[in-house]
Amino acid sequence: MVPTSYHLILSGILFTIGVTGVLLRRNIIIIFMSIELMLNAVNLSFVALARHFGNMDGQIIVFFVMSVAAAEVAVGLAIILLVFRGRETVNVDELNLMRW
Amino acid sequence: MDFVTFFALAIPLVVVAVMVIAHPSPVYSALFLVMTLFLLAVYFLFLNAHMVAALQIIVYAGAIMVLFLFVIMLLNLQSDTLRTQRHGLGRVAIIGGVILLAELGLLLQGSSSELAESSLPENFGTVEALGSQLFTKYLLPFEITGILLLVAVVGAVVLAKR
Repeated sequence: MVPTSYHLILSGILFTIGVTGVLLRRNIIIIFMSIELMLNAVNLSFVALARHFGNMDGQIIVFFVMSVAAAEVAVGLAIILLVFRGRETVNVDELNLMRW
Repeated sequence: MDFVTFFALAIPLVVVAVMVIAHPSPVYSALFLVMTLFLLAVYFLFLNAHMVAALQIIVYAGAIMVLFLFVIMLLNLQSDTLRTQRHGLGRVAIIGGVILLAELGLLLQGSSSELAESSLPENFGTVEALGSQLFTKYLLPFEITGILLLVAVVGAVVLAKR
């Protein structure tokens, strides 16, 4: 049997890959995908801990995380479409209208 | 889950996740993300989370990724390269990522061994068990989720139609 810490370490690695993607890539869509990757890493640790403690609340939290992620993607991609129509770019370095 | 299964799933998972952020073309990134989500669904099955695994495939690999691919094709993007930034954010990202990973590893090393794994009930993680919890104990959050999704749909349509 694999100890729970292995699952949590894998979750940490996936989360780190997501953070690196957000900081490294300049394409706003790939930044969005990296955020999805981070959400999934967190879901993985929720599921692993739910199993560890024999408590199903962790899996229910995953259900809510998924629905919030779906809502976030729908609105976020609509905003990206809108920005692209106005500025003809998806590079976050060029989208600096609201930067101080 | 035994060690062979764990590594057979974990190694492809990490490789595919790295490809998501490393591939220059957004379409390939999206397809690698689909692979990541599928592998995670299999992983969830091994962790006694049947319902979550099914939802992972239906919601993530089905709905969310289709939305991603639609937008990528609507935008007609050219693949961009992993060029270096003016402000050196890439180096900061790598250093920060390594530190974060080291911290997580250190934290896990000390704490996890003391906790014994509790035994699981018969129907742990099945659709029936999860559903009965969702419609009794968590009814109010469930309804609020419905409102949230409605707001998101209305918002997306209003934004995209403008």
